Amino acid sequence: MPIKLRDFPRTHFNMPGNAACPGCPETMGIRYVKMALGDKAVLVIPAGCSSVIQGISPKSGINFPILNIVFAAAAAAASGMKAGFEMLGRDDVQVVVWAGDGGTADIGLQAMSGAAERGDDIIYICADNEAYMNTGIQRSGATPYGAWTTTTWTGKKEHKKNIPFIMIAHDAPYVATATVGYPQDFIEKIRKAASVKGFKYIHLLAPCPVGWRFDPALTPEIAQLAVKTGLWPLFEYHNGSLRISSFSRMYRNKEKRTPLEVYLKLQGRFKHLKEDDVKVLEEYIDRLWAWLDLLEKASHPSDTAKQLVKESK
Amino acid sequence: MGYKIEEPQTLFIAPVSKPAPGSVGKTGTWRNEKPVINEEKCVKCLLCWLYCPEDTILRREDDMVYIVYDYCKGCGICAKVCPVDAIEMVPER
Amino acid sequence: MAIKTITGNKAVAHAAKAARVKVIAAYPITPQTTIVETLAEMTEHGELDAKMIRVESEHSALAATLGAAAAGARSFTATSSHGLLLMHEVVWWTSGARIPVVMSVVTRAIGPPWNIHVDHNDIWDQRDSGWIISIAENNQEVFDLTLQAFKISEDPRVYLPMIVGLDGFILSHTVAPVDIPEQEKIDNWLPERRQPYVITPESGIVMGNLATDENYYMMRYSIQAAMVEAKNVIKEIDSEYGEIFGRSYGGLVECFHCDNADYNIVIAGSWSGDAKEAVLKLREEGYDVGVMRVRYFRPWPDEEMRGLLSRSKGVLFIDRSISFGGKGHLMTEALTNLPALANLPAVRGVIAGLGGVDVVAEEFYELTKKFIEEVEEKGRFYDPLYWHIPMVHREKYKPRLPGYELTCYKR
Repeated sequence: MPIKLRDFPRTHFNMPGNAACPGCPETMGIRYVKMALGDKAVLVIPAGCSSVIQGISPKSGINFPILNIVFAAAAAAASGMKAGFEMLGRDDVQVVVWAGDGGTADIGLQAMSGAAERGDDIIYICADNEAYMNTGIQRSGATPYGAWTTTTWTGKKEHKKNIPFIMIAHDAPYVATATVGYPQDFIEKIRKAASVKGFKYIHLLAPCPVGWRFDPALTPEIAQLAVKTGLWPLFEYHNGSLRISSFSRMYRNKEKRTPLEVYLKLQGRFKHLKEDDVKVLEEYIDRLWAWLDLLEKASHPSDTAKQLVKESK
Repeated sequence: MGYKIEEPQTLFIAPVSKPAPGSVGKTGTWRNEKPVINEEKCVKCLLCWLYCPEDTILRREDDMVYIVYDYCKGCGICAKVCPVDAIEMVPER
Repeated sequence: MAIKTITGNKAVAHAAKAARVKVIAAYPITPQTTIVETLAEMTEHGELDAKMIRVESEHSALAATLGAAAAGARSFTATSSHGLLLMHEVVWWTSGARIPVVMSVVTRAIGPPWNIHVDHNDIWDQRDSGWIISIAENNQEVFDLTLQAFKISEDPRVYLPMIVGLDGFILSHTVAPVDIPEQEKIDNWLPERRQPYVITPESGIVMGNLATDENYYMMRYSIQAAMVEAKNVIKEIDSEYGEIFGRSYGGLVECFHCDNADYNIVIAGSWSGDAKEAVLKLREEGYDVGVMRVRYFRPWPDEEMRGLLSRSKGVLFIDRSISFGGKGHLMTEALTNLPALANLPAVRGVIAGLGGVDVVAEEFYELTKKFIEEVEEKGRFYDPLYWHIPMVHREKYKPRLPGYELTCYKR
């Protein structure tokens, strides 16, 4: 169902006066989670920017009930909460993990993998700002090739770890990518996730003005450019079937993509990149799309599987 | 319910909070530039409201938007996403 | 009432079941494994209406337990040794959150080298974390303590998580008769779960965001205040349990002929039984000796220990753990009260049984008798690190521990 902005109530979806930096994509993202789920959700937040964004007790700058938890345990704590709610007869509560790329791709990967394998009924959202921003821009497993960080001064030598693909490999019933550049797409995906039983994963690209070195006014634009250059394809994987989302569909065609330089030039973290580096990234994009193509073709379930899925609903 | 919330009898301080505005104070003081809305130009598309990371752009009953300057950090996203250039970033004194 | 002849681990599972836990999250580790297995069986067979989360690590086990408890469900976990160490970060997080949770710790040595046998270094390693820490002597006490743990932990005067220790293999895998009271009686005694807050859409509670340093300080003060209060709660629950179920253990410590004895052994865990046996023999021979068995390591039984040290001629501490570069844990804790003592007894701290080395009643007998004879001969002395080195190694290792008088007894 298309989202009409006018239909949203005139309430606070986030709490202003929090500790986020100006132009922060995480506060944007958390607002969209609130818009999507309303008052029926609790968040589990591991260490990261979002633990700080909340600000200082007794107030909290994020408009959700939250269980803050140690860095490596977000998904596990959420599994426990969901089990608690279920045992108390509260199936109506959505338990949502809101974690950064460190808490997801690196230190929290094991707990998330466990929860996904168990099929625990939670929504896991990774707000990916592509480095450890909270501690001051150190590289993470999700930092892209070439990016400057305070632990990769000449640019990262390795590619970004592809977490959505790893979650697809877990056979999670719902996996999607999104970005703060297209809030409606993100909100729709959260709502879709909420309607699916089992482990749901949404990977939200969250361009960070401080860590990526760009003007804070450009957060949405950079996020949109990541999609338009083909670097961040938006897709949904639902019950074994992969579909490229509408905002990304036209970029299957390489010709239609915005040149990658446009995206890179706006960001200080890429300013040292040479032509060869750009090529490496372009090849990465091609490989990414080739994978998506394969997955899309391979993922149309057989009639039997479709039937089983239907029955399980 | 399966549980009962019972107030402790001794000195008890739990590390808990409630969502509220201003958890680090009036963040409007962080601002270098201030977004100013030109109501005549505004087409009420609500994009600024949608993209504002802070929830400091609010909607009136008629969906005309206004800014809560106490908390606006002046990131400039609203001015950037406005399709009709109805928001201008004005330097603070 | 039903007498079951079961292992300590089964006693744990039966206690968790009797407490009607709603969520269990645990990761198998020797020698805790059969707790997980039994609870999985109970939940799958419908004997226990609980959700079992088969987590992928102990770190996740306690995090899931805490998550469920924060949602309002009575929840339980169990671990041992390396599992407990892996979980240590969440151990602190749980007590800091002030959310009642119960955890069994089947005590086991820490590697390397790998060693699955009993040792108290894993459980005492949680000493500073703000958990109530208890340790049982036998399978019956394992059951009783685990059941009581829910009531203690969920008492509004306490609101702290609680560990119940049981010695690996010696209790965990050894069968003994355990009296399991009728469920109705337990239900009447154990109230519905109480907790200070829940994290639900309605409560709007946010747990754990930043606080000012001053508020953080006061939260720490509050945990200590709860620990002090817990002493009364523990004694109260121990005696009411005695009235209703017929078993009372004496609160923070169990006093075995220790009221007036000149000489006393301070010890914790399953081998207390062997120490008691030795004491009975010594008493028959006319030695005035008793045992103070530490049941609760946190809160530490300050008053009881102070009384014991003040009235004894000699106190023999027997530790199954060592704080490297320091001393045994029981002795270290007890002697923090020194300035408050009226009289100073002779003190010897024995380090024994690490990594499951067996120490039998005859050895306790010899150790104690030798200690008493030395005190009678020399008067007061302080011998904090008396290594009760295993017989096979005594000659070899004796000259290699400089700085301490190595006084091993010889058979």
